[in-house]
Amino acid sequence: MWWRIQALLIKEFLSLLKDKKSRFVLIVPPLVQLFVLSYAATYDLNQLPIAIYNEDRGNAARDLIARFNGAPAFREVLRIERQAQIAEALDSKQVLMVLHIGPQFSRDLLSGRQPAAVQILLDGRDSNTAQIALGYARSVVSQFNSDWVRQHNQSGPPAELRVRAWFNPNLESRWFIVPGIVGLLTLVVTMTVAALSVAREREQGTFDQLLVTPFTPTEILIGKAIPGLIIGIAEASFSIFMVVFWFQVPLLGSLAALYIGIVLYVFSVIGAGLMISSLSVTQQQGLLGGFLLIVPGVILSGYATPIENMPELVQHLTLINPLRYFLIIIRGVFLEGLGVDDLVDQYWPLALIGLFCLSCAGLLFRKRMY
Amino acid sequence: MNAACQRLLGLIRKEFLQVLRDPSSLAIAFAMPVFLLLLFGYGVSLDARHVPIGLVVEHVSPESRSFSAGFDYSDYFQAHYFRDLREARQALLSRKINAIVHLQADFERRLNASEPAPIQVIVNGVDANTARLTSGYVQGVWETWINARAESQGLTPMRAVQLEARVWYNSGLRSRNFLVPGLIAVIMTLIGALLTALVMAREWERGTMEALISTPVSVREVLLGKLIPYYLLGMGGMLLSIGMAVFLFQVPLVGSLWVLLLAGTLFLLAALGMGLLISIAAKNQFVAGQIAIVVTFLPAFILSGFIFNIDSMPWPVQLFTHLVTARYFVAILQTVFLAGDIWEVILPNALALLLMALAFLVLALWRAPRRLE
Repeated sequence: MWWRIQALLIKEFLSLLKDKKSRFVLIVPPLVQLFVLSYAATYDLNQLPIAIYNEDRGNAARDLIARFNGAPAFREVLRIERQAQIAEALDSKQVLMVLHIGPQFSRDLLSGRQPAAVQILLDGRDSNTAQIALGYARSVVSQFNSDWVRQHNQSGPPAELRVRAWFNPNLESRWFIVPGIVGLLTLVVTMTVAALSVAREREQGTFDQLLVTPFTPTEILIGKAIPGLIIGIAEASFSIFMVVFWFQVPLLGSLAALYIGIVLYVFSVIGAGLMISSLSVTQQQGLLGGFLLIVPGVILSGYATPIENMPELVQHLTLINPLRYFLIIIRGVFLEGLGVDDLVDQYWPLALIGLFCLSCAGLLFRKRMY
Repeated sequence: MNAACQRLLGLIRKEFLQVLRDPSSLAIAFAMPVFLLLLFGYGVSLDARHVPIGLVVEHVSPESRSFSAGFDYSDYFQAHYFRDLREARQALLSRKINAIVHLQADFERRLNASEPAPIQVIVNGVDANTARLTSGYVQGVWETWINARAESQGLTPMRAVQLEARVWYNSGLRSRNFLVPGLIAVIMTLIGALLTALVMAREWERGTMEALISTPVSVREVLLGKLIPYYLLGMGGMLLSIGMAVFLFQVPLVGSLWVLLLAGTLFLLAALGMGLLISIAAKNQFVAGQIAIVVTFLPAFILSGFIFNIDSMPWPVQLFTHLVTARYFVAILQTVFLAGDIWEVILPNALALLLMALAFLVLALWRAPRRLE
């Protein structure tokens, strides 16, 4: 039996790698993406273009503006002189935020009787960025407030917040996003390899030939699964290497815990891909099916938006998503220093998903003869 | 000319028959937008509500109670109480809560003695964005409490500067209003590229390309014969998406529909052109499929400004985003839906789409096979 599987494996690897273009698409695009996407996917605002409309001539207003200009999140690109310019600047997307300091600002601030109002106008077309920008603006203003109170000898606040962030003290989203991209790329590559594998043979008519050979469906299944497994693990390993040595994300936990996660994750993705593939008759169907799993897989994984924010029903749906578990594993190992024992609850669902999908694929192999 | 027309019609008819025989093309054009819009519209929200937070109050007193009440009644939080920090830490580690607010036993005594009373806040920083939002909300609760306390004691509230935020175009900051228009761009990218990425490669792989070349049809006719049917399918998908956005998700359409459709046409031509180019260059469905997935979905998702802000990216990546067609379409969609027909935004982006569509189609025509090798 092993001898036969070996023969199948050689055939599968040859059909995947013998063509120069196939080799190329398996290796180069994922790497390019790892780089570009890792630098692109961040919620940290950096040099966000803002405009400032200052109607006040006092020093305090100038101090506040200097703080906005000094914050790395913001970059002043426009000084507004007239009210009407605000609309122009926001409409044309020249700036995403306008800081408006009214003429009463210094007077209110010095009199101390009522809070001096500062207006922030945001472009809600991109409400996510608007919300984050507002958070940054709040912290600039709140820093200004506490310094002002201290300088003017008023009694300080009766209770102070001391905020600390565990695991990621500087709150760099890159630490969170980059390990996640490993999961994303592995998903895309292995899913398409698996989803097209049986579909290609069906379309070319060689699958029927394979079925009439002495191979059992289990052997065919193993022969189809192993190349994807090896490619997926190799791809993930290289990405992790880059994450550690190029992006310098600290790897605190155990590599063994990570690798158990990778093997199980790739296994479950391949299971899903082969299930799609054994349902499809043409490669287009395989590709579409793969896509219909990849897209919700990414969206409902907690990669870009937290799972806790999703409606209850959708949260339950994420329980069958392999990427969900893998993201917890890779982020846990990288940032929280988790080990094998901490991650058992993530391992077994992956194994279960993989086994279920592979058994379905095996059953469908025999049922779908055309 | 008449013969050319007839040949073209024949090709289009053939392509339509092929579409009808393999329902996956119809599924790409019509089922996928519905599926994705439902998923995004209902499944994804960037607004954090009911963030689970752990409160550790070592000594319950009127002051600590009035402070923690702010969390009990806030829409942003779901408060869980813990007896000591160790228990709370365990909950934070197992991700049951996102943050811990810790009031020490001497909180009340220090407050009454007018010593600064520290409130310790620990957030789980793994997800930096959520952590930042959470600590911002905690700060909001704290500020409200301090000012209410000052007022009740007859003191002046301590805030010197108060921030008033106003959001234009989407005043409720409903994330659905910006996600759904952006999503239409992602969906159209997928439709455009997936529909055409395989069609030329398929002809090569099945050997029908040779048959096609030996007939009197010209390369231009073959490409047009591929383009027109999928353009019609794609526009159908786009209309469906716009309809769902407006009627199902109640996203306001402030601008005009015809601007949307015109921009959609330009975008679709670019996307279909890219798909055809991939298909012609690859000659192999596996390679074409891999390329199509790699160059469409993740770039449209991450590099288009749909979720992640482009201005915050490093400049080489910002330059790179100019090659992502979805970037221009996202800008047009979000503007036309939420702000109206603002030509300063629409015209430059539409021009970019036009140039990209022309570039892809000319390249496809240039790379298309004229004879057998």
